[in-house]
Amino acid sequence: MSNIKKFFVDRESLAPALVTLFAAIFSLLAGVVLIFIVSKDPVQSTKNFLLAPFLRSYNLYYLLIVMVPITFTGLALCVVYQLRYMSLIVDASLYTGAVVATAIGTLVSLPAGIHPAVAMIASGIVGGLIGLLPAILKIRWRANELVSSLMLNYVFYFLGSFVILYYLRDRSQTILSSMPFKQTFLLPRLIPNTQLHAGFLIAAGFVVLVSIFLYRTRWGYEIRITGANPRFAMYAGIPVTSVILYAHFISGFLGGVGGAVEMSGLYRSFIWQMDPSYAWDGVIVAMLARRNPKFVPLSAAFFAYLRVGADFMSRRGDVAFEFITLLQGMIILILASDKIVNYFKERQLRKQILKNQGGVR
Amino acid sequence: MIHFIAGVVSSSNYWFIVLRSTAPILLVTLGAVITAQAGIMNMALEGSMLWAALVGVIVSAATGSVWLGLLAGIAASVMVALVLGFFALKLDANAVLSGVALNLVATGGTVFVLFALTGDKGISSSLPSKVLPTLTIPLIKDIPWIGKVVSGQNIIVYIAAISVVAIDFILRRFTVGRRIKATGENLDAAKAAGIDPIKIKFFTLVISGILAGFAGCFLSMGYTSNFTSGIAAGRGYVANAAQVVAGGTAVGSIFAALLFGLTDAMATYLQNIGMMPELIQALPYAVTILGFVVVTWVRDRRENERKRKLFASAATKSATKKEKLHGV
Amino acid sequence: MHTLIRTEKLSKIYPNGTFANKSIEFTVLEGEIHGLVGENGAGKSTLMKMLYGEEQPSAGQILIDEKPVSLASEFDAIKAGIGMVHQHFMLVPSLTAAENLVLGKEPKHPKSRTFDFETAARVTEELSKQYNLPVIAKARVADLSVSMRQKLEILKALYRGARILILDEPTAVLTPQETEELFVELKALRNHGKTIIFISHKLKEIFQLCDRVTVMRDGRMIATHKVAEIDIHQISNEMVGREVRFEVAHPPFAPGAKALEVRDLAFVDDFGIAKLKKVSFALRQNEILGVVGVDGNGQTELVEIITGAQRALAGTVRANGAEITNRSPGYIRHHGIAHIAEDRMTVGTALPASIEQNILADRYWDRKFSSATGFLKSREMSAYADTLVKEFDIRCKSAKQPVASLSGGNMQKVVVAREFTASASILIISQPTRGVDIGAIEYIHSKIMEMRGAAKAILLVSSDLQEVMALSDSLIVMHEGEIVAYFPSAASVTDKELGLYMLGIKRQSDDEIRKVLHE
Repeated sequence: MSNIKKFFVDRESLAPALVTLFAAIFSLLAGVVLIFIVSKDPVQSTKNFLLAPFLRSYNLYYLLIVMVPITFTGLALCVVYQLRYMSLIVDASLYTGAVVATAIGTLVSLPAGIHPAVAMIASGIVGGLIGLLPAILKIRWRANELVSSLMLNYVFYFLGSFVILYYLRDRSQTILSSMPFKQTFLLPRLIPNTQLHAGFLIAAGFVVLVSIFLYRTRWGYEIRITGANPRFAMYAGIPVTSVILYAHFISGFLGGVGGAVEMSGLYRSFIWQMDPSYAWDGVIVAMLARRNPKFVPLSAAFFAYLRVGADFMSRRGDVAFEFITLLQGMIILILASDKIVNYFKERQLRKQILKNQGGVR
Repeated sequence: MIHFIAGVVSSSNYWFIVLRSTAPILLVTLGAVITAQAGIMNMALEGSMLWAALVGVIVSAATGSVWLGLLAGIAASVMVALVLGFFALKLDANAVLSGVALNLVATGGTVFVLFALTGDKGISSSLPSKVLPTLTIPLIKDIPWIGKVVSGQNIIVYIAAISVVAIDFILRRFTVGRRIKATGENLDAAKAAGIDPIKIKFFTLVISGILAGFAGCFLSMGYTSNFTSGIAAGRGYVANAAQVVAGGTAVGSIFAALLFGLTDAMATYLQNIGMMPELIQALPYAVTILGFVVVTWVRDRRENERKRKLFASAATKSATKKEKLHGV
Repeated sequence: MHTLIRTEKLSKIYPNGTFANKSIEFTVLEGEIHGLVGENGAGKSTLMKMLYGEEQPSAGQILIDEKPVSLASEFDAIKAGIGMVHQHFMLVPSLTAAENLVLGKEPKHPKSRTFDFETAARVTEELSKQYNLPVIAKARVADLSVSMRQKLEILKALYRGARILILDEPTAVLTPQETEELFVELKALRNHGKTIIFISHKLKEIFQLCDRVTVMRDGRMIATHKVAEIDIHQISNEMVGREVRFEVAHPPFAPGAKALEVRDLAFVDDFGIAKLKKVSFALRQNEILGVVGVDGNGQTELVEIITGAQRALAGTVRANGAEITNRSPGYIRHHGIAHIAEDRMTVGTALPASIEQNILADRYWDRKFSSATGFLKSREMSAYADTLVKEFDIRCKSAKQPVASLSGGNMQKVVVAREFTASASILIISQPTRGVDIGAIEYIHSKIMEMRGAAKAILLVSSDLQEVMALSDSLIVMHEGEIVAYFPSAASVTDKELGLYMLGIKRQSDDEIRKVLHE
């Protein structure tokens, strides 16, 4: 019991955990209020929104599938958030990773098992290299990593769709689609007649790997110390610049692998008509997890639950699925304003000191 | 290919499109400049544009007046800026993160509202919205070539041009411009001079909200005649990079925005004649980053030069002092 | 004389828990130059910030002309006739001198309401002439010299109608000639009827300039004197004024081989001020070499260059024979140098990280703590941290708690625990006991002596003269970026004599100073 408690409760303080919980509950409430404003049948819509995964087993599997890509982006963002960097380049890493995987899945012949693995490694490396770009731009030219990463996301999205259109497209299809993947490239389904694929296990594996990496290896230690105080890290002899670079490579690597897993697990060919923007979901997953990978499955499940509910409700009623993005924005706003919590913490501290000093002499 | 591009670049039609593409990015770049000068990054420009574009369309369709639509669009855009100010300046939230969050709210919220009103998620074509008028300028319209480029543009293009002058005036001619600069460059200096930095920052946020409002309304009621989801297409983010390229001045914003406008227009132009659009669409964003890198590189070199001179003069100073000591 | 400013039981506690001002009763008379002295961290700046509305008192009140005032912001202070010249100038570099002068109270064209630059420039020139403080009105502040920027700051306050001028360590950035010039100008201002509060820790200056002086220590006001009625030693005793004299047992001094050698080190800061001018010395095993000097005479830069936080313009640093000049801090640590940083809050610790993480930050890579494959041995790590917590008497609930939650003394013990157990042969120790309680001071001192016994070479930099004298075997004195004296035996020199060198009044011959190289 105490071990479970230790696992979930932050030793430092409960305040951030409470803010997280508050944000989650608030988002659900705000969602319901919005439904009541626009829906003609608010009760049914609310029920669909909140209970979707329990109403149909399909929804439950769908929830698990949705968790896969946002677990990868959530993990990727945990790594850069540990450094207190805000790069969103993992979006480009994931998209380009998917394109690279598509190329390998359609053009290369390899035995089953090895085929998707090769694609994941190749996508990961490409994603990692892309992940380095905003860090280099920041270190060398002080470019705000958020701005530069968002623009690079556009660049890589257009480049990626160019490659699909001109090199990998299946011209026999009327809608935009790549040539079909080779059978050897596809990941097995975990449960027959559902879409739940082995990528779910790969994502779970990466949660463990990243947790171990950040909290159990010397490189993760370097990242955490650098994030806590870069000047101290430098002073203590940690090679800060290379820490920042490899953290970003790893973050991009996770995005790239996530793209490859989506392709080989969920799809039969590349059919993304636009950028799925999983990075934004990753932001919220990482923030709710308080940049600790071990909480990523929990927050990814929560966010996937919101997504699946919104999706189910929108297909069954008159509320647009996009209101999920709206809620997402609100949750980030609340989590970003944790200064309110700090205010109370400081007041507490001041009282304590006055008491310890026995008042002002 | 080179021959073809030369043909494009000399055509008046291309330059007409350049001005049209530059106008919205110029407006938001000016908005990014004035807030950055006050030391706050308005990351929510994207969200401001989105709400302005949607609200403009809805109100103009509901009232039948394009001007009321424009006004409402600007009001919505300013609202977003004020909310950012509330979170960043009053609740001490991270300004960049709050801006990003507000953009998400806008991305989802605009589609949500559009769907609730029209049942369509992608485009507002079912709403009878109005389009802002174009202006023909007497005299200039008769000048060959130039007339075709400059005259007949949408009114917002001219407003963008006027905004450059207005922002230049605010920053350089009015007292508030100096207070903005002081707040952004040395917050403590501003406070020590009795200036309220929060008030100054809110002021610049409102201005940037107005500018983004014009830009957003232009996108849905001029550049195109509908609201489409994600219509701002990252221009709000581009503006925050272009702001650095602009070097914090209104006039510099013209060049920074043109960098984007030229390539954006080229993309539009080539797309119209069926060239690979994807590759070219990436250009405006890539060029903006490149412009950023080049400008920063040049500035760094200048700063290093300045320091080297300081080193040199300090070295000679201490040398002459030594000589003096020994002379005595 | 008329009492202009009076504070009643004024106290300040910062949100991070620092008790910076304790019940201050401070009085300034109209038309005087009032000196305010104290060591770093004595609370001078905090007191002045409250007088200028930058910080709000936690308790007590401020009276001007015997009427209580509330100074909620700088704006209120300006209205009350208070002007302040900050140590870091409050100027906007990209604006001109005239624009800076009128900032917040700008002249406007009567019709267009636009900024009237010509009037601003004229006003600047007139004021400049009136008070005999020369500045170039139309030059950008970025292009002005440091002393001209300072004059501009004074004019800025006068333009806003200041009756009371607060100058926060104005001479720290000036050359001796510029300082003399400033003193003439300040006395002229006093004759114009202005009241001046002059903050400094250079006692010589207080005696040159001030009418009265107030001494602060550890956040308390110690005393106020008429300058004519006291001598420099009384003030310096009051400033340092430790109740406990340092009694450190000194085993016989038997220096070993040269461990650290610094030659011709030079450094120029961003303002073009030469902070180090050809500094050379050598440090031997079993030796504590104390660096004595008034703060800001190059000690900080010297330490930063040796430890890799700053790049030297010229010169070399060798540790145990290996060249380490301008290498990374990591490289330098690998070559046997450990370092107690002067500022434990921003450099010496990572506040949000745990005690354990802080202790292991320079040795997590050791095979004891991480395997060849890079995995951390967390059991060994926490056991190790627990041992050091016990050994160095760090008072905490557990080694897993964040360093931010510790008191200043315990925070410093974390730093000491790490640096004194690093496998280094050379220790660079900066301000080891600044802001630390008496108990911790004694403990840290005994640890330093233990290190000396363990054949380490120790460079000790501290602005606490008594501390350096009690601990060191030999001493060097720094003044304006140079070593001006070397004393092979610290025991044979008095603090009075050191003071003369610290203030630049005396200087040894080059041959005497060169002996510190032990060639």
